[in-house]
Amino acid sequence: MHNFKENAIKYFFMANGMLSIIILLGIFYLLLSRSLPALQNVGLTNFFAPGYWNPTAYTTPQYSILNLIKGTFMVGAGSLIFAVPLGVACATYLAEVAGAREREVLKPIIEILAGIPSVVLGFFGLVVVAPVIAELFGLNSGINALNGSILVGIMALPTIVSLAEDAISAVPQSYRHASLALGATKWQTILRITLPAALSGIIAASMLGMGRAVGETMTVLMATGNALAKPSSFFDSVRTLSANIAIEMGEVPVGSVHYHSLFFVGFVLFMITFIINLLADVIFQRYREEI
Amino acid sequence: MKILNPDLKKTNTEQVHRNWTQTAAFLCLRLSLIVVFLILMVILYDITKKGIGVISWLFLTEAPRTGMTEGGIFPAIVGTFYVTLIATLVAVPLGIITAIYLNEYALQGRLNRLIRISLRNMAGVPSIVFGLFGVALFVQRMGFRPSLLAAGMTLGLLTLPVTVTAAEEALKAVPKSYREGGLALGATKWQMVKSLVLPPAVPGMLTGVILGLSRAAGETAPILFTGAAFFLPYLPDSPFSQFMALPYHLFILATQHHDISGVRPLAYGTAFVLLVLVFMLNLSAVLLRYRYRKQIKQF
Amino acid sequence: MTKSKLEKNPVLTESKGKLISLNALNESRQHEYTQKEIKTEKEVKVKVNDFSFYYSSKQALQNVNMDIAPNEVTALIGPSGCGKTTFLRTINRMNDLIPGTRLEGEVIVSGQNIYHPAVDVVELRRKVGLVFQQPNPFPKSIYENVAYGPKIHGKKKRTLLDEIVEESLQQAALWDEVKDRLKDSALSLSGGQQQRLCIARVLAVRPEIILMDEPTSALDPVATQRIEDLIRKLSSGYTIIIVTHNMQQAARISDFTAFFLLGELVECGKTAQIFTKPKDTRTEEYITGRFG
Repeated sequence: MHNFKENAIKYFFMANGMLSIIILLGIFYLLLSRSLPALQNVGLTNFFAPGYWNPTAYTTPQYSILNLIKGTFMVGAGSLIFAVPLGVACATYLAEVAGAREREVLKPIIEILAGIPSVVLGFFGLVVVAPVIAELFGLNSGINALNGSILVGIMALPTIVSLAEDAISAVPQSYRHASLALGATKWQTILRITLPAALSGIIAASMLGMGRAVGETMTVLMATGNALAKPSSFFDSVRTLSANIAIEMGEVPVGSVHYHSLFFVGFVLFMITFIINLLADVIFQRYREEI
Repeated sequence: MKILNPDLKKTNTEQVHRNWTQTAAFLCLRLSLIVVFLILMVILYDITKKGIGVISWLFLTEAPRTGMTEGGIFPAIVGTFYVTLIATLVAVPLGIITAIYLNEYALQGRLNRLIRISLRNMAGVPSIVFGLFGVALFVQRMGFRPSLLAAGMTLGLLTLPVTVTAAEEALKAVPKSYREGGLALGATKWQMVKSLVLPPAVPGMLTGVILGLSRAAGETAPILFTGAAFFLPYLPDSPFSQFMALPYHLFILATQHHDISGVRPLAYGTAFVLLVLVFMLNLSAVLLRYRYRKQIKQF
Repeated sequence: MTKSKLEKNPVLTESKGKLISLNALNESRQHEYTQKEIKTEKEVKVKVNDFSFYYSSKQALQNVNMDIAPNEVTALIGPSGCGKTTFLRTINRMNDLIPGTRLEGEVIVSGQNIYHPAVDVVELRRKVGLVFQQPNPFPKSIYENVAYGPKIHGKKKRTLLDEIVEESLQQAALWDEVKDRLKDSALSLSGGQQQRLCIARVLAVRPEIILMDEPTSALDPVATQRIEDLIRKLSSGYTIIIVTHNMQQAARISDFTAFFLLGELVECGKTAQIFTKPKDTRTEEYITGRFG
């Protein structure tokens, strides 16, 4: 009798556990199926043809998402340029240098930073960072890719710190002891032994940070200016894939080509982050097994 | 030490150099944390300084007036409360059951790995993509229209990975000997889980729930098209109502309002309230976890 | 066997290179052994036939054949990693919990092959209790710990539970120490009390067989003595199989002893015989302290 009950419970739990798989597949399926009308009308190649994103043009609407992709990666890469060194340095300090007491005090800083809602960060970028950038570089407006990069960097920082710290802490103690026993200083050990051993884990952490940066919406929406022109420098206003959806989805007529195109933009964004995350995940898991 | 031979002396100067390098390097590392700390402080300081003056009883309890240039944020607070509540009702049971399945039932094997990979990837899905998913599934296919329910369920799915991770951590902290002891007495798996594993894991799970809550309360992108409203003169009266929400309200005051500089103080006030809300949630989670860890150590 | 009888036994001393002198013990128990000599199938509580056990690729037990007598104490001895604990845990299928294990042969408990697909593991574990190496009371009250087993097996009536709890605690010689604080956390007990509580917890399910995995290894000598007395006392009503690292303990409390080495059952017989006239040289080498 209890066998039946036990099995029922087990399968109920299993069905629940599989929900995450179903949701992920569901996102993939719904985004793709909602994009299909756009793909039929616009054609896949036209999304990636040189040109602009201008679906509401009166005469010839254009659907090229190249500039959006470029903007997305500019902000993503820009944020990593400062978030990765800073994040890895913090992680190294937390994992290798700080004592247990110090760590108890320092870790909440990272956690609080992670807790700040992205819309608050975007607001901060808009009203505080932008004027500073404008002043520093003599620009009319500081609302540009640089501003977005800085704020998205702050956004991605906690992810990078905590995962990099995991990776560094996972390096076996015996490596460190072997190095120290040979008369190396603690710093030499960190630089020559611990960090190289943790390298692939740190790379994975950075990639996951990249994934967060690429998918970030509210911060870039508020801090980058969202211009559709082709960006040529970090002082230009850019629009990312995510911001593009946020701006236009609310006003577009349901069922129009434009509407379905936005789902395609979402699909592209989903695939980019999915691939980045999956790669990072594979690297991280492999690293874990090696160590 | 007088009897050092020249060789050892040489090593000694080298050692001084090496020690100096180490001190400098550690200083740089520490500096990086100070930089992060300063960034955090600047953000908190700016928002607190300019936001706290706006806070008053009326600001917290009144609806926006005269085109949102005056009045308070009461409907946004209520809306955020409701939508977070619905998100919790979705995420908590699903998250805890998933965690139990992963940690107690399917300990190994392909399905377990697949679920874990899915969860990690779900955590990386951009929030705006969740918004699109919510539009396609809840708003349209299920016919909820833009509403508290659609937005809450979207947020619930978004926070699922956070809840699962925290719940699993709590389950992992329960000693293996409880499980073995129960099974050896002839308890079935579910009897064992229910009576021996879950009770000590509850405080830890609560931590996860609160962390998920704070994540849900601060999210904007997923609710943009699933139910959040620009302005509503009334409070939501059913799960199918649209609603105002703090983060979306801040976004509007900051970028979409016709008098952006005029409503800046209101925006700061909203940002401050949102920060305080999220931090209070996080703080209670941290305190709970701290107490709980101490308790576990006593066992 | 009663406590008074046990006390008559000389304290066993071990000197390196010599067999332990067990003559006194031998004499005092001799008559019992002749009576309880295992002769027929019916008198075998646990019968193990050609049993082999593997952890993923590593073989832990190899072709073990063994008969275990009812209402006697059987000690399993041998050096660390010899497979004695693995063997113990196969008897109530606790090894099922370890993924990637494999087994061959059969283990017959009360005439039933417990690895037969139709066997209900939960039912088996009710009949075959296990006391762990580290005392592992649940984070509940003393009362709830003992009542846990009966409760999960459907006994809900308060008066009945009270009765079972008291009886089990008395059997485990713990009642007098805890009767006034049954509501206290079990974690407030001393290590030795916790272990007796764990034994009471097993007794409350009314098992036929009690397995013990080095139950005294985490305890001090006084607590150990109490547990040993308890084991002797319980052996009149239960079949007890105990893994021990301590050869004197095996000699003190067991009726039969089985010596394991490298996953093999080297020798099994009456305790007195194993410790005085082992048939196998490996057994002799082990008990005289040449390895292990």
